[in-house]
Amino acid sequence: MNNAAEQKLVLSHLWVAFIAFVVACLLGEYQVLERSGLFPALDSTRVYFASVSTHGVLMAFVLTTFFIMGFGYYVAVSSLKQPLWNLPLAWASFWIALVGTVLAAIPLLTGNASVLYTFYPPIVAHAAFYIGATLLVVGSWLWCAIMLVTFGQWKKAHPGAPVPLAMFATAANALLWLWTSAGVAVEVLFQLIPLSLGWIDTIDPGLARTLFAWTLHPIVYFWLIPTYIAFYVFVPKQAGGYLFSDEMARAAFIVLVVFALPIGFHHLYMDPEQGQGWKLLHGIGTFVVALPTLVTGFTVIASLEIAGRLRGGKGLFGWILTLPWTNPMVLAVILSLLMLIFGGFGGIVNASYAMNAMVHNTAWVPGHFHLIFGGTTIIMYIAIAYYLWPLLVGKPLFSKNLALMQLWTWFIGMSILTTPWHVLGLLGQPRRISTVVYNNLLTLAWQPYEFMMILGGLVLLGSACLLIYILAKTQLAPAAETFAEEVEYATPIHAVSTLPEYLNGFKLWNKVIAVLMAISFGFPILQFFFMDTFGSSAWGY
Amino acid sequence: MHTEPTKPKSQWLIKLFPHWVHIHIDPLEQKWITVSLAAVALFVGIITLDALFHGINPPSKVETIDSASLHLSKEFAEDNLGVQVDGQGNIIIRMVAGRYSFFPKHIDVPAETPLTFRWVSMDVLHGVHIPMTNMSTMIVPGYVAEITTSFPKPGEYPLLCNEYCGLGHNHMWSNISVIAKENWKAPLQPAATGGTSHE
Repeated sequence: MNNAAEQKLVLSHLWVAFIAFVVACLLGEYQVLERSGLFPALDSTRVYFASVSTHGVLMAFVLTTFFIMGFGYYVAVSSLKQPLWNLPLAWASFWIALVGTVLAAIPLLTGNASVLYTFYPPIVAHAAFYIGATLLVVGSWLWCAIMLVTFGQWKKAHPGAPVPLAMFATAANALLWLWTSAGVAVEVLFQLIPLSLGWIDTIDPGLARTLFAWTLHPIVYFWLIPTYIAFYVFVPKQAGGYLFSDEMARAAFIVLVVFALPIGFHHLYMDPEQGQGWKLLHGIGTFVVALPTLVTGFTVIASLEIAGRLRGGKGLFGWILTLPWTNPMVLAVILSLLMLIFGGFGGIVNASYAMNAMVHNTAWVPGHFHLIFGGTTIIMYIAIAYYLWPLLVGKPLFSKNLALMQLWTWFIGMSILTTPWHVLGLLGQPRRISTVVYNNLLTLAWQPYEFMMILGGLVLLGSACLLIYILAKTQLAPAAETFAEEVEYATPIHAVSTLPEYLNGFKLWNKVIAVLMAISFGFPILQFFFMDTFGSSAWGY
Repeated sequence: MHTEPTKPKSQWLIKLFPHWVHIHIDPLEQKWITVSLAAVALFVGIITLDALFHGINPPSKVETIDSASLHLSKEFAEDNLGVQVDGQGNIIIRMVAGRYSFFPKHIDVPAETPLTFRWVSMDVLHGVHIPMTNMSTMIVPGYVAEITTSFPKPGEYPLLCNEYCGLGHNHMWSNISVIAKENWKAPLQPAATGGTSHE
């Protein structure tokens, strides 16, 4: 991609994402310090919960949304080899999302929106928080429109041709996000904003939680898809090999998108407002959505094996040693898969219906999602940044060794942080406390793990700062005259020349999603209008 | 490199979906998909059979209540809270969660005995967990959270709020005493509630 206007668009999005990221890492380290109780001067529930709310919003909504939008634009332009449809609309989307972020940040940072990023009505925040979050989502909807129109235009201009895999997956993510965000949008527009402005007097928290659960599971796949895109379209080439299967990659993305949506009730297993049959149905769907991840793991590892053998690797495991471990993308995928194995194991425990009772809302849960989101997912965002930055600024990466060190420290820090966090959960520690004041012997067992988490957080904060340093130094270096690298998408072993329409578009799958959503959310939402329910009035915190 | 031609004979996926024949699925990948499906089927099978035949389910009794007027309700009025034995000998424990405590403050329950907890909130969202046990449920205002479980081991257990409910959330906890079955005595009930005395 050589178009300066589009490069500026992509870089602007990615910078917002990574600045939000490093600020959130700083807050994270403050939180583990405060939580340990070692530093009485830091103790403040008011600051702590403002910090947790801000950390969650920055990591889960700002970093992800801006990164996904920026990366999506890059993929669209570079894989389709055509200019972006409607650049002014893309900038409008950027500014709407950024204004929304700032609008939400003001009440968050001043302690007027300490409701955590999952909202928790009937506790209400300042209306600016909900309105800001809404604008961020509206901005992302414009991005979805741009991606889907671009996808459609290319297909029209190339009848019968397979859409490049990277763009196919990006369009899949745009479709996923439109479906995903509908649940929380209804909650915010019809419940939270009216309640926070005093237009309505009461809210049904059961309905609000059901709508949030609509969004809460597929949103993690919205975050994960860029990582899987890198697995499939960058990793095989960077490792020196070929993509094992282009068709199975498409099938995996489709199953991911279709089954990520109708399964949100695994967040409501312990809730009283939904019946056990619905929970079981969503629980079964939760296991089904493990399939595309298992297929992805296979395809990625098979692609790496091909690369390792082409590089002279012999024997059952010898190919692992011959992989280019000093390539940031390859190192990142190895570390990412390692974290996926452990994080996936934890996820199966969480998904296991009644067994969830043992870990629900304990420290195990943030331990799990930091490992699988902060670890597996974000380490690939970072690897994508190292790969794209030189292409975007036309200068070589500032230091490959520093980049490798940064990836290793991110992995090590995440391991030190999340292992004790899981243990704390098994020892019964609740997830959302700012200090331990329980007068109980059980809490003595928690102390050493709290100390380890401080160390893990510190390593992660250092690693995040190093990332920003490397990206800034790369961009600010004097212009390189001879830099002429181009983005390289992986080639599949079996080139695809034609594809059945169900592997090349989403018309059919959109209908399948509509049917599945009607089945799995239809009655559970409608029941609130047939039952004799009682609203709750708004509460501060 | 794995470039051997596909062998449709051994590929059940292709047999099952004949219109998929013209896409390429490597035989090795087919095997992996088979293993993955078997693993998922095993997990789903265990969970579903346990749910259907052993009744192992999370708390899911969809029952509404007006959280704003619990004190006026018959069931959750102050003098009706805590441990009771109903006419059939079932132990029912009615508890109210509110910022920042659980009411009543302390209860004694027998070990190795089925206990039915009925939790309600008088204000915001709460959660309750007794660590090392599966006595865990969200307490959503407007709903009764009912859960039946039993505690195998006697002891003093903490009872912790595990959902953010406001800035005092850390302080929302109490203790519960699980007493050896033979040492536990059913509390005397006010006649109005219809509880039976075992003393």
